[in-house]
Order: sequence, then structure tokens, then C-alpha cells
Amino acid sequence: MLNVGKIEEGFVLDHIMAGKSLSIYYHLGLDKLDCTVAIIKNARSNKLGKKDILKVECDIHMLDMDVLAVIDHNITVNVIKNGEIVDKKDLQLPKEIRDVYHCKNPRCITSIEQGLPHIFVLADGGTETYRCKYCEEKAREPM
Amino acid sequence: MRHLMSPLDFSVEELDTLFDLANDIEQHRGNYAHACDGLKLATCFYEPSTRTRLSFESAMLNLGGSVIGFSDAGSSSASKGESVADTIRVVSCFADICAMRHPKEGAPMVAAQFSSIPVINAGDGGHQHPTQTLTDLLTIRSLKGRLGNFTIGLCGDLKFGRTVHSLINALVRYEGIRFVFISPEELRIPDYLIDMLKEKNVPYREVISLDDVMPELDLLYMTRVQKERFFNEEDYVRLKDFYILNKAKMERAREDMLVLHPLPRVNEISVEVDNDPRAVYFKQVQYGVYVRMALILTLLGISV
Repeated sequence: MLNVGKIEEGFVLDHIMAGKSLSIYYHLGLDKLDCTVAIIKNARSNKLGKKDILKVECDIHMLDMDVLAVIDHNITVNVIKNGEIVDKKDLQLPKEIRDVYHCKNPRCITSIEQGLPHIFVLADGGTETYRCKYCEEKAREPM
Repeated sequence: MRHLMSPLDFSVEELDTLFDLANDIEQHRGNYAHACDGLKLATCFYEPSTRTRLSFESAMLNLGGSVIGFSDAGSSSASKGESVADTIRVVSCFADICAMRHPKEGAPMVAAQFSSIPVINAGDGGHQHPTQTLTDLLTIRSLKGRLGNFTIGLCGDLKFGRTVHSLINALVRYEGIRFVFISPEELRIPDYLIDMLKEKNVPYREVISLDDVMPELDLLYMTRVQKERFFNEEDYVRLKDFYILNKAKMERAREDMLVLHPLPRVNEISVEVDNDPRAVYFKQVQYGVYVRMALILTLLGISV
């Protein structure tokens, strides 16, 4: 079994649905940061069968929890300091999210207006439905 | 600063105030003839429209203001590739309020984000047309004396008709509304609206025959089957004359039933119905001017 060592300071994203870790890596902008990142794919999990894990050594405030909640709010966020878990963050669905979903409606103004962010608003918390702020098209897969 | 993007932007109480103002304008037009002296309305119409643009222009002129604008994208800087955000920032320097129609959904909302003057959505593609809904509500309230406790039949293209969708969303906020949806199978009301009605416990029925339900209606809202919504000419030809409201059908209706239509009308209401006092679709156009006058005053914060 592969072993990945502890991190001193940063966060561990656990219980990521298997196969989603790379998408989260890009959405969190981890590719742009100069820090150590471990991407663990298909780890064994009692809860999920298989899961992905992300370990990131950086300041915890650099993490955009909103993006994470939209992608999968069941992810466990462990905050690490001095090699120990000091906090576990709950992920709440944000009311509004920017440039995570891309509006697929060809009749939407976002399809032609330059520089316009793709903003989606939470239309139904129960069904976790986001709709485009401009045309109300339902959000599909994150970008 | 306030804009109007959707009919639901105003609460029921705010709508009551707006409609009271519109009714006062109707009765005392002279009092409002100079309410907007020295002010300008910009009509930014990126696609052709006759009634809506003229109604807005008429409303502003009735208030003593003046009007500038363009009536198709070809004669605007959009043809040079200017963004909506830039256009509205420029227009904000020229006018005090703007009515915008655009083929792209959400364009007026983008304008509102960048504008320093109030923006009114005058229709954005198949999405919203709030001033039509305000017109419909004012017509019903003025001629029926109430917004609630009636059975309304919506007939024709219930699938693509944005006026129908907006009206349903606006009416469910009132008590005692019963809907009868009259359409061919292919043009049925979308599922998300049915789900919303079920969730709110609003009574509704879906039927195909207009004749059968005529006697039970307090209001009949007719719509045109829009050619531009069909990919297939054959389907359009088959469905366009599915419903034709004529004298014979009107004889089955109540004495006090009202017929509304957002216009333009094609064949769905026979011209022989026009002289029936229950046919109020041309009065509806007049109410459209009053409600736009009231809206301009409200958004500009002018009281008379």
C-alpha cells in the first residue's frame, strides 16, 4: 500500500468522490500555487468504497470553501497545524457562485458579452439546484 | 436605485401601489402631463418591436419627458461589437432612465449592473417581459376589480409563451386563483411550472378543448403560436390554427368573462369577436401605457 506522509500546516480534503480530485485541484487553483500537493486517487474507503484525497501544504485561508461545497459538500475538510488536525470545516452551499459553472444556454447574454463572469445562484437548496443569474438556465457540470 | 428585471421584483404590496398610481394616471392624466419635464427615456431596442417600444415612448411623452434611442441592433454600436456593459454606461450619460429589449436572455440585467440610471427589461429573448405581465395584471385588476378569486384559462402556446409563464408566476401570489391550461399536446405548459403549482397547492387542469371549458372561465388569456419558436415548418402549420376564438365559442362564455391577448393577434381570435364588450385586448394595450407611466415615475422616484 502506498504511503503519503503527514503535512505540517495546510489542509487535507478527505472523502472526495473517486475521480473528482483533479477537477477540485484545478477549481481551487492549486495548479497556480507554489506549494506541496499530494493527490491520492482511488484510496480504500469504508464509507465510499473508493475515494480521492488531497493534501495541500499552504495557508488554510487560501482555500475557497464555496467552490468546494458546490463540487461536493460531503467532502471532509481537515485543517492541519503542527502536523495535527486542529479543525474540521463544514461545507455550506453558497448562495451565489462565480465562474464555477459555465452557462450552456446559447441564448444567454454570457455567450456573447466579453468579460462577464458566469454567476449562478442557489435556486433550490433541497435539490442543490443552481441557476444562471442572467437567464435562469439550470447549472450542469462545473467547468 | 431600482431596476425592473422580472415581474416578481415587486412585492404584492408594491404592485398594489403601482397599480393605484396607474389608475390615478388613467383618471387624471392632466395631473401627470409635466411630471417628467426635462427628463429623457432611452429606448435601447436590439431587436424589432412595435407595441412595446411605442408604448414606452408614448408613456414618457405623456409624462412630459422626451425619448432617445435605437430600434434595432443594426443602427446601434452593437453592430460595431460594443458590449451591453459599455453601451449602458454611455447611455447613462445621455438619459435618465432606460428601457432595453435584447434577443439575449439576461442582457438587461447586465445593463443594470453597469448602469447609473434605472433599467427596465423590455423583453430579453424568451426569458422575461415584465412590463407585459404588469400590463396583464393591471388590466385584470382594473376591469375585474380584483386580483384573485377567479378561474383563468390560458390558451394556445403554453410551452414557449413567456407572457404566459410570467403571468402564472405573478398570479400564484394571489388568493383563490384556479388555472385551466388549454393547449395541444405539443404545446403543453412546462413541467417546472406544474411542479411549482403542485408545491403551492394551486388548483389547475390541463385540457385540449377550449369549447368545453368556456362556461367556467372568468378570464381567457389567448396567445399566438409563434412561428419563430418552431424548428419545423410542418409542425407550425399544423398547430397555428389549433384554436380560433369566434362568436360561437363566446356564446358559451359568461356574461362577465374577459378575453385578454398580449398581441399581436393572428388567427387565434376571429375579428368578429373584436366588437364583443368582453374582448378587452385593445384596452389592455392602453393599460400598458398607464402601467409604464406609473413604472417610470416609480423608478425615477417622482411623486405628483
